[in-house]
Amino acid sequence: MARLQLRNLEKDYGGFKAVHGINLDVADGEFMVLVGPSGCAKSTTLRMIAGLERITGGEIRIGDNLVNDKAPGERGIAMVFQNYALYPHMKVRKNLSFGLRLKRRPAEEIEQATQDVSNILEIGDYLERLPKQLSGGQAQRVAVGRALIKKPQVFLFDEPLSNLDAKLRASMRVRITDLHKQLKADGLQSTVVYVTHDQTEAMTMGDRICVMKEGRIMQVADPVTLYNRPANAFVAGFIGSPEMNLIDAELSGSRLAIGTQTYDLSPEIMARLSPKTPKGVTLGVRPQHFAVVGPEAGNALTGRVSHVEFMGHEVYLYIHVEGQQIIAVVSASNYDRSKINGDLVRLSPQPEAAHLFDRQSGETISLAAIQ
Amino acid sequence: MANHILSENLALDEEADRILKAQRRRQFISATLRYGVLTLVGLVMLYPLIWLIGASFKTNSEIFAGAGFIPNEATISGYVQGWQTSTPYTFGRFFWNTFLIVVPKMIGTVVSCTAVAYGFARFDFPGKKVLFASLIATLLLPNVVTRIPQYLLFRDLGWLDSFLPLWVPSAFAGDAFFVFMLVQFLRAIPRDMEEAARVDGANTWQVLLFIVVPLLTPALISVCLFQFMWTMNDFLGPLIYLSSVDKFPVSLALKLSIDTTEAFEWNRILAMSVLTIMPALIVFFVAQKYFIEGISAGGVKG
Repeated sequence: MARLQLRNLEKDYGGFKAVHGINLDVADGEFMVLVGPSGCAKSTTLRMIAGLERITGGEIRIGDNLVNDKAPGERGIAMVFQNYALYPHMKVRKNLSFGLRLKRRPAEEIEQATQDVSNILEIGDYLERLPKQLSGGQAQRVAVGRALIKKPQVFLFDEPLSNLDAKLRASMRVRITDLHKQLKADGLQSTVVYVTHDQTEAMTMGDRICVMKEGRIMQVADPVTLYNRPANAFVAGFIGSPEMNLIDAELSGSRLAIGTQTYDLSPEIMARLSPKTPKGVTLGVRPQHFAVVGPEAGNALTGRVSHVEFMGHEVYLYIHVEGQQIIAVVSASNYDRSKINGDLVRLSPQPEAAHLFDRQSGETISLAAIQ
Repeated sequence: MANHILSENLALDEEADRILKAQRRRQFISATLRYGVLTLVGLVMLYPLIWLIGASFKTNSEIFAGAGFIPNEATISGYVQGWQTSTPYTFGRFFWNTFLIVVPKMIGTVVSCTAVAYGFARFDFPGKKVLFASLIATLLLPNVVTRIPQYLLFRDLGWLDSFLPLWVPSAFAGDAFFVFMLVQFLRAIPRDMEEAARVDGANTWQVLLFIVVPLLTPALISVCLFQFMWTMNDFLGPLIYLSSVDKFPVSLALKLSIDTTEAFEWNRILAMSVLTIMPALIVFFVAQKYFIEGISAGGVKG
């Protein structure tokens, strides 16, 4: 069993608290993504799991072992670094086998493991090359190979794709996900903790995603739940592209006041609200969940188009509503080309996709999101 | 019409040709001037060395006859007699002594300075700032200040007239300059490789040996070169601590030939001087590439 448990994990840099008591369980064979904006301590958390950063409070368990005070090499982890961190003076073969050689494994075993890994990652042709003779993608595969060859209990990835160009990143994404599935199918250890700041990477790769902000976990859930039922305004705004519109509003009864305009919440939304709702709320609607309706339609928000972006199959409309900028995405085929900058439009949020958050705490007040 | 255009083009071509030629001429003149000045200044700076080599083949009487460096009657008698020296030992013995001082000193310096620099560059420990500041302070301290206390210390240890006073301080990272140089070099190397090695299961010493030292190689070569040249050229150290002639390095041996003879045999001294500077020159030219790489810290890419 290679589960990973973090209990009240803390990191204090002499007065500055970077990590505030994190609790996280990563199941055996799970692909867990830590995601958040820069400075959210996701990398620090990963480095604490690796043992490269000393923890100042809490517990880390890998498998059933408490590893708080163990050296990185004794924790049963392998790590892939952002800039690959290949040993520049060693050929690829030596880079791969460095860990095994340190453990004084028999030469045949090392040779066999090197062959296996280079076959899986298709790096057999580069074994005799130095890291500086590799392209970014090749170096990245060698870095993954160096982790794979150790057969660790937990794989740690620290933004491994951020140095690659967009095209290569997409293909490496698929490759790593496939590799994880393959390991799982073969019954090998395949628990992964993957750090990224890119929510697309998180959404496409993770079994579950842990969204972090300023050293705290905001929500841990699978990608679908995270997208459809964000626990708070931060997660709502962070996950999804373009990001969710978060509109400040005042709630009285079932009526939302947004500046001088009002919007009546549908019974569906009202039914989902928790009984105690604060007055100051944030209405969250994803850009895809607005309908652009005609001026005659009732119960919609009126705004002025300030900018239009054609993205090919869809169109992004930047609309000013009561001093707040809202993005609406409409399909290019439905888009009425007569709507241009400066025009007034009416926006109607889809009732089942609207979220309400407490403006003070940022927590959701839609019951559905809590369930 | 067509002719008119053609002739106009021709005129333009000629004009362009003329400008191009003028440009080339200007470039040629400026290049000649530049290289002329460079050669001249270079020659002025190199002349003492050239003269030294020329004069070492002159007879003793000819040396002071003129400032030219080409000998009238070239002779190697300076080399032959100089090598014999006025002592029971040949110059070969003094070279061997130099070798015996330089090599252990270089090894001691490299090993100790690497370990100390690694400690300063990569670990946090109580009092690190104060210790590093005092290390840098010793850089600013003139060497002569510590000569007398050091001499007394080594005398009490019974190390006088042995190579130990020359080796031991270097084997304990006594050369603050090298520690400082390596620390600066290490700071420019990203830590990721070392962290990767730790994740791979290496302990602190294995990281140092298998990862840091190979990355530091250019800097370590520079350290060796500096130490080699400084030790070869060191006169005061051996003069203070060594008293038996059979332990003298070449730097002292050269002085010896001035001391013991009443009328100086300058051609012998010059001939031996030429031999003395040869090792340093050869080593420098062979390792020049690494030397420059090593002292331009930060040249290592991650």
